[in-house]
Amino acid sequence: MVEQNDNSPEENLEDSKETEVSKLRPSEAALLQLLGKQNLVPDVTISQSIDEIVLSVPSEQIQEAAQKLRQSEEFAFDYLRCLSVVDYEEYFEIVYHIWSRLHRHKLTLKTTTTYSNPIVKSVISIWKSADWFEREGYELFGIEFEGHGNLKPLLLWEGFEGYPGRKSFPFHEYSEW
Amino acid sequence: MSSEKTKDLESVDIMVNMGPQHPSTHGVFRMVLWVDGERVVELEPHIGYLHRGSEKISESEIYPQVVTLFDRLDYLSNLNNEMAFCLAVEKLMEIEIPKRADYVRMILCELNRISSHMLFYGTMGLDAGAMTPIMYGFRERERIQDFFQSVTGARMMHNYIQIGGLREEPPNGFQKQLREMLPKLEKSVEECDQLLTLNEVFLSRSRDIGIINGTDALEFGLTGPCLRASGIAEDIRFTEPYSLYDEVDFNLPIGVTGDTWDRYVIRIAEMRESIKIIYQLLQLLPDKGETKASGIRLIPRPPKGESFARVENPRGDLGVYLVSDGGDKPYRVKVRAPSFANLQALRKMSVGSYVADVVMILGSLDIVLGEVDR
Repeated sequence: MVEQNDNSPEENLEDSKETEVSKLRPSEAALLQLLGKQNLVPDVTISQSIDEIVLSVPSEQIQEAAQKLRQSEEFAFDYLRCLSVVDYEEYFEIVYHIWSRLHRHKLTLKTTTTYSNPIVKSVISIWKSADWFEREGYELFGIEFEGHGNLKPLLLWEGFEGYPGRKSFPFHEYSEW
Repeated sequence: MSSEKTKDLESVDIMVNMGPQHPSTHGVFRMVLWVDGERVVELEPHIGYLHRGSEKISESEIYPQVVTLFDRLDYLSNLNNEMAFCLAVEKLMEIEIPKRADYVRMILCELNRISSHMLFYGTMGLDAGAMTPIMYGFRERERIQDFFQSVTGARMMHNYIQIGGLREEPPNGFQKQLREMLPKLEKSVEECDQLLTLNEVFLSRSRDIGIINGTDALEFGLTGPCLRASGIAEDIRFTEPYSLYDEVDFNLPIGVTGDTWDRYVIRIAEMRESIKIIYQLLQLLPDKGETKASGIRLIPRPPKGESFARVENPRGDLGVYLVSDGGDKPYRVKVRAPSFANLQALRKMSVGSYVADVVMILGSLDIVLGEVDR
């Protein structure tokens, strides 16, 4: 009896792992294998979140990684669906949701940057649609996208002070008139 | 150019400001145009006049309240928006929703697509200078809106699709009412088609105007009917079927040249497809059954983690990126609004065309400013 009890948590763990894998669609499962084989850039970590594969790269290598993901025929990520910035109060996370029309697979590309010096290389040369998303990220979170070249205010009025997307922005106290 | 006389006749580019209070900009949208005579040399879109900080407000509201904020993003296709957020939360909480709820959701979303395209049809006619289409478009839209009212209790801000299913059971005559309405809709789509599509004036105003090819369209992040008009078959309902879209059979209308007329005619074709989908769903819809998943608390607390849900909105690919820290309020909500991305391509489409055509091109993108500015 005792032995069985000891075994059961392990079995459960294995079971949950299996169900997690099955949540991936076949195209993403193939992508996961492909990513495991290839060394895209150094210091890359691959994880899984529900039905998405998450690829985290250091901020210096984001451009290189994006370039490779777009150019190589195996990945062929030709479409940037969404670029979002998340404020984790100690650091910022920049999340790229990308999609390949050819292979019909999706990927979540992630990078982090520090709170004190938020600079990330722009991916506008790789995916043109990043333009407004990066401008929004700069405006609301103060992330400087290096190499963008036109980080003008987009949503807020000219002369607005502070970064309203950040958690530290006093939201409920804010009033315009 | 070389002689003194012609030098005096050199032209200067003039800056023209269009909007934010301009009837043809479909809301509070401002464009700054530089024109050389009648030709547009440069265009700069200015957005943000309707920025309400919906994403930021979401961080201080509990999950069921956020659904109401999503109603107000794209105010012409509210149910599709609610659906996107609910799917994101359900994905994170691993909720399996009852089939009946899924079917009703899909029916309402497709109806919403028709009503949104009907308004597009009307405003497209207005942009071209025709007054009649908006009357026809609005008539059909009202019909659908009345149906929504009988189901959800509201004409626009429904708050009907909720986390785990539907807010309440659809009313008794749901199927009957729908079966009576659909043939009328079908007939009027044909009517609208005959009225405007091949009209000679309309053709000359929209054919070969604002052309964007497939490669550029993808590059600029166009989605939805605008992308499909450029000949690229991309639809979330096909590529990554959410809900139960893999159970229904429908066609994907594809354009050839990617001009204004293509973008218009694809939406007309999509309305027909939507009606086809609803007919199939009516066959599949069970008469009785649960419409809400059991065991969902009034204030749900999704586990720590993140999810990304994609939905095919009438305007394109609507994505919701949801980050949860395990609390009763979302940690971060990011909306990938289709109109926001579509609008980036406006400059590419418009430069080189006439000022009057910019109005048509903008109309054919079918933007909703509530979604662009969020």
